[in-house]
Amino acid sequence: MALIDVKDITKVYRLGDTELRALDTINLTIDSGDFVAVMGPSGSGKSTFMNILGCLDKPTSGAYVLDGIDTARLSRDELASIRNKKIGFIFQGFNLLSRTTAIENCELPMLYAGIGVDERGRKALAALKSVGLEGRQHHMPNQLSGGQQQRVAIARALVNGTPIILADEPTGNLDSKTSVEIMELLVKLNNDSGITIMLVTHEHDIAAFAKRTIRFRDGRLVSDEAGTK
Amino acid sequence: MIDVSSALRVSFRALRVNKLRSALTMLGIIIGVGAVITMLAVGTGARRMIAAQIAGMGSNLIMILPGATTAGGARMGAGTQPTLSMGDADAIGKDASAVSDVAPVLGGIAQVVYGHQNWSTSIIGSTPSIFNVREWPIARGRTFSEQDVKTATKVCLLGETVINNLFGDTDPIGQIIRIKNVPFTVIGVLTPKGQSPAGQDQDDNIFVPVTTAQKKLFGTAFPGMVRIIMVKAKSAENMASAEKQINEILAQRHHIGAKQDSDFTVRNLTQIMQTAEQSAKIMTLLLGAIASVSLIVGGIGIMNIMLVSVTERTREIGIRMAIGAKTWDIRLQFLIEALSLSLLGGIIGIILGVSGSRALSMLAGWPTEVSPLSLALAFGFSGLVGIFFGFYPAYKASLLNPIDALRYE
Repeated sequence: MALIDVKDITKVYRLGDTELRALDTINLTIDSGDFVAVMGPSGSGKSTFMNILGCLDKPTSGAYVLDGIDTARLSRDELASIRNKKIGFIFQGFNLLSRTTAIENCELPMLYAGIGVDERGRKALAALKSVGLEGRQHHMPNQLSGGQQQRVAIARALVNGTPIILADEPTGNLDSKTSVEIMELLVKLNNDSGITIMLVTHEHDIAAFAKRTIRFRDGRLVSDEAGTK
Repeated sequence: MIDVSSALRVSFRALRVNKLRSALTMLGIIIGVGAVITMLAVGTGARRMIAAQIAGMGSNLIMILPGATTAGGARMGAGTQPTLSMGDADAIGKDASAVSDVAPVLGGIAQVVYGHQNWSTSIIGSTPSIFNVREWPIARGRTFSEQDVKTATKVCLLGETVINNLFGDTDPIGQIIRIKNVPFTVIGVLTPKGQSPAGQDQDDNIFVPVTTAQKKLFGTAFPGMVRIIMVKAKSAENMASAEKQINEILAQRHHIGAKQDSDFTVRNLTQIMQTAEQSAKIMTLLLGAIASVSLIVGGIGIMNIMLVSVTERTREIGIRMAIGAKTWDIRLQFLIEALSLSLLGGIIGIILGVSGSRALSMLAGWPTEVSPLSLALAFGFSGLVGIFFGFYPAYKASLLNPIDALRYE
């Protein structure tokens, strides 16, 4: 069974009388362990699509089954719980809590999963180690470089043992050398831990790290091809 | 769901980050709680003082004053006509079932001499029951007996002030003092009683048997006449029936018809004092209510700051929601912040209020009393204020759309 199964998803925004079709009957399945790059010009619907995949938004129509769970009928809190257990987010702007140490940022998902304080500390430290940030756990985000901040964000996305990582232009704010390091880290996670990764990017050389590339245009899925490299 | 200790830690961190802002927000609650406690302390102190005065005067006390003379159409006011007698007192004592003690009183001001000291003081002639009526225990020696009253013995009991002025360190018991040049043996000393509600020194008194006062000190043209009759009812519930019985007995004895003005006045002193206590109670409530307004204003301050804080931290809320914070996780975080502000403010306010009350009693001499109830009330109220005014911002935060919140700059 596919990890992500999207059927006929449509998202319509109404602005007064005009109707904006952000997504138009999207069908897609993604198997566990896949690494998918999502491309497309801005306004093509890829962000809307990622929001729906991330259970941050609901489609106007269509079905989205995530790991066997139909998300259409879930409440706000149930969606929050799904995000907590199934999905790790990585953002372009890192989105770490300021004035909060790296390890505490890492602990956040476990805080809402109701995990005890000792286990939180242990797991967060292990996650930071796995992204190569050992010894930096007590640094504040503003004491870390962009690449290091993004590593903290990746550690935070991993720490609850989520099967999926949704990365929204994770290298958009980084220089090319750091970008490559981050991408190599993601590839390693995909290869070694079998984590499914969805990656939004504008850049072809970033998309090249993925196993599969899908393209959006005007709210439609226009291409789906394996291995762009 | 987030566990409570972690939620507390998250909230405290947020408060620590904005130390000055948190302190200023708390200030509203601190002033409010401090004001409530101080005002309640002032009110409670006033009530306590009045209650002590009631107790000092003697409880369930009724006073019978002789009636007014009418001279050439001009009525002279209560007590101007000598109409009360020892017989009236005896009759009340015998026939009024709601009455426990009756003390006829005849007194006046007289010069008192002991050795080469002299002192002008008030002489109260009465029966031994005066000490029951006034609830006034003897410190040392003995009270005069019914026999002393019958035979008009020249014995006396002294109040504290008189002893201080006449005897100094000498033991007064057994000494002879001269009142209006009549020698009296001191047989007892009264416990100090302090000031009366009207501010008189109640210890500046000498008690003698009423008959001695009539015959040797303040003789009048009417033998057996007394100035006032003091009566103690059996209990507070008996006050009304005691008053009624006294009125009936005296009306009958004085031959006063239904349509005539009576020649005596019955006053329920306890009732008067209870009215005073009641008004002190109302004052306490009023002061407390006014102070509570500042507590509510403090609460609005908390709400204001929490709303600002929610807006400022929209992005943080978005991040927390994205990684799995549920509605109540977010609400709890902001509620705890508001509650911490108000409760910490409440504790500091209590300290401020208690020291403020102390300062008032010391500097202004007001009697204040901080009751544990007022502390609990103020603390509880500040908690309620925190929850009440913290809920809306917390609610608002929890309803944010995570997508918009994450994009918020």
